[in-house]
Amino acid sequence: MKFGTEIVLLSLFAFAALVAAGFGVDEAFRQHMWVLFFALVGFNAILMRNTDFKLAAPIDPAAYMDGPIRYGAIATVFWGVVGMLVGVVIALQLAYPHLNIEPWFNFGRLRPLHTSGVIFAFGGNALLCTSLYVVQRTSRARLFGGNLAWFVFWGYQLFIVMAATGYLLGITEGREYAEPEWYVDLWLTIVWVAYLVLFLGTILKRKEPHIYVANWFYLSFIVTIAMLHVVNNLSMPVSLLGSKSYSAFSGVQDALTQWWYGHNAVGFFLTAGFLGMMYYFVPKQANRPVYSYRLSIIHFWALIFLYIWAGPHHLHYTALPDWAQTLGMVFSIMLWMPSWGGMINGLMTLSGAWDKLRTDPIIRMMVAAVAFYGMSTFEGPMMSIKTVNSLSHYTDWTIGHVHSGALGWVGMISFGAIYYMVPKLWNRERLYSLRLVAWHFWLASLGIVVYAAVMWVSGIMQGLMWREYDEQGFLVYTFAETVAAMHPYYVMRAAGGAMYLSGALIMAWNIAMTIFGYQREEDPMPGSIDALQPAE
Amino acid sequence: MDYNLMREFADSCGLLGMVLFFAGCVAFALRPGGHSQAHEAAHIPFKDD
Amino acid sequence: MGLMDRHALIEKNATLLLVGSLLVVTVGGIVEIAPLFYLDNTIEKVEGMRPYSPLELAGRNIYVREGCYLCHSQMIRPFRDEVERYGHYSLAAESMYDHPFQWGSKRTGPDLARVGDRYSNSWHVQHLTDPRSVVPESIMPSYAFLKDRPIDVKDFSMHLVANRRVGVPYTHDLVVQANADLMAQANPDADTSGLGSRYPKARVGDFDGNPQQVTEMDALVAYLQMLGTLVDFKNYDEAVGYR
Repeated sequence: MKFGTEIVLLSLFAFAALVAAGFGVDEAFRQHMWVLFFALVGFNAILMRNTDFKLAAPIDPAAYMDGPIRYGAIATVFWGVVGMLVGVVIALQLAYPHLNIEPWFNFGRLRPLHTSGVIFAFGGNALLCTSLYVVQRTSRARLFGGNLAWFVFWGYQLFIVMAATGYLLGITEGREYAEPEWYVDLWLTIVWVAYLVLFLGTILKRKEPHIYVANWFYLSFIVTIAMLHVVNNLSMPVSLLGSKSYSAFSGVQDALTQWWYGHNAVGFFLTAGFLGMMYYFVPKQANRPVYSYRLSIIHFWALIFLYIWAGPHHLHYTALPDWAQTLGMVFSIMLWMPSWGGMINGLMTLSGAWDKLRTDPIIRMMVAAVAFYGMSTFEGPMMSIKTVNSLSHYTDWTIGHVHSGALGWVGMISFGAIYYMVPKLWNRERLYSLRLVAWHFWLASLGIVVYAAVMWVSGIMQGLMWREYDEQGFLVYTFAETVAAMHPYYVMRAAGGAMYLSGALIMAWNIAMTIFGYQREEDPMPGSIDALQPAE
Repeated sequence: MDYNLMREFADSCGLLGMVLFFAGCVAFALRPGGHSQAHEAAHIPFKDD
Repeated sequence: MGLMDRHALIEKNATLLLVGSLLVVTVGGIVEIAPLFYLDNTIEKVEGMRPYSPLELAGRNIYVREGCYLCHSQMIRPFRDEVERYGHYSLAAESMYDHPFQWGSKRTGPDLARVGDRYSNSWHVQHLTDPRSVVPESIMPSYAFLKDRPIDVKDFSMHLVANRRVGVPYTHDLVVQANADLMAQANPDADTSGLGSRYPKARVGDFDGNPQQVTEMDALVAYLQMLGTLVDFKNYDEAVGYR
């Protein structure tokens, strides 16, 4: 029977959730378990409607398994829009505080929803589906483990739903980018190990003697995130039927563990994983091999070597010992080299085909992503210098830096990969519209420029106002005055974010129409007829 | 394992060892004769779709 | 030739690649983090530090729950302007009982590491209820709902036990008294001599102006009012406490 085991297991878990909803020791936990119960029951109902007592058709072991990747591509677009929408909402809340609706929709609860939404839901799904796409095609092997890929996909969506609803209910560990509570963390650990088995298993059964460099990056991302997640989330639950836990470390140790995690979430989740994406999709879209394969290998080792040390730069001038701060600074500055090595490698892949920048908006998007990667990996090391950091820390400058990396690099390379993959996954001749891709590109680019520029101004201004003295040696501004001074910038920032979001909405439309099989009647992109059909 | 041991590792032989390991990786990648293999590997994405 | 073989090993063997990258990334973490557990000045005990009282801990949990750390830091850096604005720079020992730490990374609002005793209880309640009524420029959300929510605990001693398991020195006595202490600290009429000896400098009072019940507002204000008040910097020797 199709889905037989799954339905039985899901029913058991749903029952367990119901029991936990009845006996939970705190209100938030009981509510959260109701959410879990309805999620499981709803999913089970879908399975039951699709169940079948006939024998399933035999699977061709040579064919690629693209089902979970198709779902992953849709999930990427969906969560991207959701995460960015929440981002625009909280940006508006900072400009117009009356938009806070207590208790569920206050800034403090929505902000983790935004960060987790874009990093783990949008970025995570992009990594999940592209990694499975790339590993099959560079190993020339079907995904390992039968339905394991489905478990990983749905398990990960359940993690997202539980984390997101938990934030709104006030269930949080209170450490940035690692907010989900202990039971959600445990679930993610299970899913992540399954992901590792799935990915590694596929590499091991490959028919290609070499492991292509993109898979190196993906693999190091999966392994390192597993390690970071487990160590950083060590905590002691108050009750096995309660939502609250206390982290295993305290004070300084907790701070360094958290930023060791936090910075490497940037390094391995938002960088290494997406570099894997770059090393496959840029060559494919440009239809030429990576500029220097050997440079890519050096890039790989240098990057994972240096990144892991850089975390303490988030704790400059705090109670963390000086030597750890200095170590973090030195390694952060050294990181500039491999980062730019990778950027050059990505950009130079286009050498001899620069004309495609004009005719192919997808390549343009990817190249812009790599350029933003270069920009933010220059800004990052600069901000890790202690004297610069003394001004930038605690201000909007950091927020701007994160967004030039996240919107520019992570967002754009993911959009490019999605635009490349979707027609192939659904066997469409081409995208619904390339002109809409161009619109998306310009809206996104303009949005990033507005966002980053505004945050530079507001961040530096804020930092300077805080330390401004008059001739008599008194502080010039009260804190409240510096808050008031931020208002126009917060409005402009929200506008930049809204532009970026509108680009994502255009993408959602374009992708949906492509999946439904429509092709928009439109003039070809100026310059070349070929651009209508991305190179095979 | 105490602090001094870790500290010593951090600022002396441990770091040196890791730098050497890294230099080894670079040497591997750039060694003579690796070019053809790298060329072959770089074309993997185009073998199949 | 030998070199070539080994190259093939690393480039073609997935397990080796896995182990190699894991090794590389583990070392950095161990070298940086592990020493902190042995280093003297990060675990140095400064006079005055004590574990949170049950009411303060309950308030801290609300502070974490509402994501206050996303806009308020609790880490004063040793710069002239910060020390003048917020008080003595923060010591490592001051967050030694913080599971998790709440140093924060962004100051959309001011630092709160030493906000305790700076304002009255009623100011805090008014500010949390309607921030712009006391600070017109404020962009803080309202937390009026805290006044209507009684503290949601069946047995608060469980929280002390969980903290003890991760290293906070709550004695058996403190655990047994946890529920009573929590209620007593928010009740100005209660006998608080025991509370005062168990938690020196603990501030007692009806924090939210509603003596009928102990609400989340009571707990949060109790927490805010103790922030940074435990260490007496008149007696603190800078030379000893270098961080």
